[in-house]
Amino acid sequence: MGAGGCPSIPPRSGEELCAPLVTSLRNGSRIEIAAACPAAQALGLRSGMAVTQARAQVRGLDVRPADPEGDLASLKSLAILAARRWSPCVALSGTDGLFLDLSGTAHLFGGEAAMARRIVRLLARAGFTARIAIADTPGAAWALARYHGYCLCPPGEQGAALAELPTAALRIDEAAVELLKRLGVDRIGQLSALPRAPLTRRFGAATVLRLDQALGRIAEPLDPVIPPESIAVQQRFAEPIASAEAIEHWLATLTPRLAAALETEGLGVQALECVADRIDGVPQRIRIGLARPNRDPAHLLRLLKRRIEDVEPGYGIDAITLHVRRAAPLGPEPVVERLDEEAAPDIATLVDTLATRIGQAAMWRMRPVESDVPERSEARAPVLDPPARPAQRGKRDDVRQLDRNPPLPPWHPGWPRPTRLLRRPERLDHVIAELPDQPPRRFTWRGQPHRVIHADGPERIQGEWWKRDAERMSVRDYFRVEDEAGRRYWLFRAGDGERAVTGDLSWYLHGVFG
Amino acid sequence: MADPAVLKQLRESLRGLETGGFRRRPALPFNIEAVDSRLADGGLRLDALHEVAAGTSDMADDCAATLFLAGIAARAWGPVLWVVRRRDLFAPGLAQSGLDPKRLIYAEAKDDAELLAVMEEGLRHRGLGAVIGEAKRADMTATRRLQLAAEGGRTIALLMKRAAREGSDPIGMPSAAVTRWRVTSAPSTKLPVEGVGRARWKLELARQKGGEGFEIIVEACDASGRCALPPVMAHRKAVAGGTAPRRAA
Repeated sequence: MGAGGCPSIPPRSGEELCAPLVTSLRNGSRIEIAAACPAAQALGLRSGMAVTQARAQVRGLDVRPADPEGDLASLKSLAILAARRWSPCVALSGTDGLFLDLSGTAHLFGGEAAMARRIVRLLARAGFTARIAIADTPGAAWALARYHGYCLCPPGEQGAALAELPTAALRIDEAAVELLKRLGVDRIGQLSALPRAPLTRRFGAATVLRLDQALGRIAEPLDPVIPPESIAVQQRFAEPIASAEAIEHWLATLTPRLAAALETEGLGVQALECVADRIDGVPQRIRIGLARPNRDPAHLLRLLKRRIEDVEPGYGIDAITLHVRRAAPLGPEPVVERLDEEAAPDIATLVDTLATRIGQAAMWRMRPVESDVPERSEARAPVLDPPARPAQRGKRDDVRQLDRNPPLPPWHPGWPRPTRLLRRPERLDHVIAELPDQPPRRFTWRGQPHRVIHADGPERIQGEWWKRDAERMSVRDYFRVEDEAGRRYWLFRAGDGERAVTGDLSWYLHGVFG
Repeated sequence: MADPAVLKQLRESLRGLETGGFRRRPALPFNIEAVDSRLADGGLRLDALHEVAAGTSDMADDCAATLFLAGIAARAWGPVLWVVRRRDLFAPGLAQSGLDPKRLIYAEAKDDAELLAVMEEGLRHRGLGAVIGEAKRADMTATRRLQLAAEGGRTIALLMKRAAREGSDPIGMPSAAVTRWRVTSAPSTKLPVEGVGRARWKLELARQKGGEGFEIIVEACDASGRCALPPVMAHRKAVAGGTAPRRAA
């Protein structure tokens, strides 16, 4: 028994009211509508219409390019989901439908009608509008889902159910449909009443085959999608083990097996879970993550060994399983052979090792940010593969194309910056300084008085008014000062010393030079 | 009377034993004659642990020690792992002493034990040019572990020691480090005009293996991480005919 459904494109949330949406697809020299949303269909737009005609009919039409490959890929993932959830035998039907073989599974979901409703509800939650029909044969289900709507065809009744449908519902080619129409055959009932021998001679075997398949006279095998199985290796023990040495020994035998299994699939593991089944049924889990796909058994074992202490063996462990929770393709990579210099060392293994110890969040790199405000001029970035900003190629008439200079470094090497920056600028006391632009003569920081011998400044940094409105007028005047012992500090005064709106003339210490 | 040839052979084999077999021990020189000539290895040994502490508990001296470390790491090869306890390092400032942000990886440790373990991991990986850590407590056992992890590789281990208590001397504790430095800020180079000149540090080598300690005033790291002798001293050295001066001006 088969079920045919045809999910359509997911509806957009909240945009329905804005403008009717169609997707466009180039067909030869003509750009056609590939699909139209319900609002657009209500306005008379159909798939196959020229986009220019649609634009002329509807003002403010939202036309977006269609993505057939993406649609097919999401249909495939939907098929895999259905194969895992509803029925073991699920096949794709063209580019817009799925066949589900419900034989022997419908009773698990409360009968065919309940199952059909549940499938439609599930798809609606996922954002698909679906039509479903259940019939004895895939051909009949296909026809009923597309030309009849929601339909449960009782067993053996497909001949009667299909009789009133147009001949196009038989999945036969358009030329045959056209020819049948000219001969006055519009309905499947009329077609099945015709004598078979002339029909075969006139239209070829394909039409009759489709008719027989739909009516159940000839079986139609499906080509099911096979959901990828997750990789796992397991070791069961005759006697429960409880010591760390024994666990380590068995992990050392399991990781090469896992690596072999990954190698046949051409995958590298990104997240691995080691589950130790305890006798009392409380599984002990070790989860490790890898920064880059990897299937080196020694490296995996090293990472797992560090976490053996997390396993509480209790009365003993009778099985250990390694589950691959996330994997990515890992193929051969080109080796850059340079004789004149050494290859850059691979630090991915180090990152994995440290991440299992202190966590991925406790490791970072600093990336320059284009900002003059000191605390905003750096930002944290992931350790591996720091994303190189792609060189944006401007438009041809962009004036920036005329600039032949290399890009400026984000941190100007000429302006001295402190070694350590305080998280928040700290307020200074007892500051003696001349207005408007003289450095302080003396100040007190953390209760300790300092007398300024040398000073540089001011370096004026304006607030970034394009980021926050409160910074529209704010100004900081930075000074580098050195006290009598040679200690160098980075101070600033809020305000430019002339206009009160720029700041309240209070002094802060923001960083310390070495 | 023994055969001189046999004696010579024995002496050579003994020398080989003494230095732990024939092994080239790469060192990172400061390129300052007055410093390198007084270091036992002609520079900082790459496969060893070195300790640096600030001369006083003031934050400016702490930053001087930080920059001293950054300059050493900048002159080493390859990526640098900096294990921190606080997130107050300022990357633009480090970049100005030659430590490119692309080379630097930060790791934050919760306590000193974790910090030393992370440093040891980094040293054993062999793919880093330098590993820097900031610890308060690192006893003989911990530093010996680091020294053993560093041996045989090319990763220089730099441990910045902070005073565990106010007023205690971080360098005075027993340690397996090959050299132990104390860095203090000194008044900067005088300029003919107003302003702050190039920073100077008072470098004090408190202890070293196979050599004696000394004290010298140097100019702080430039944009490539190199320190220099103050100009007055260089001048005096030329006058004195190449003998290294005992005290800086």
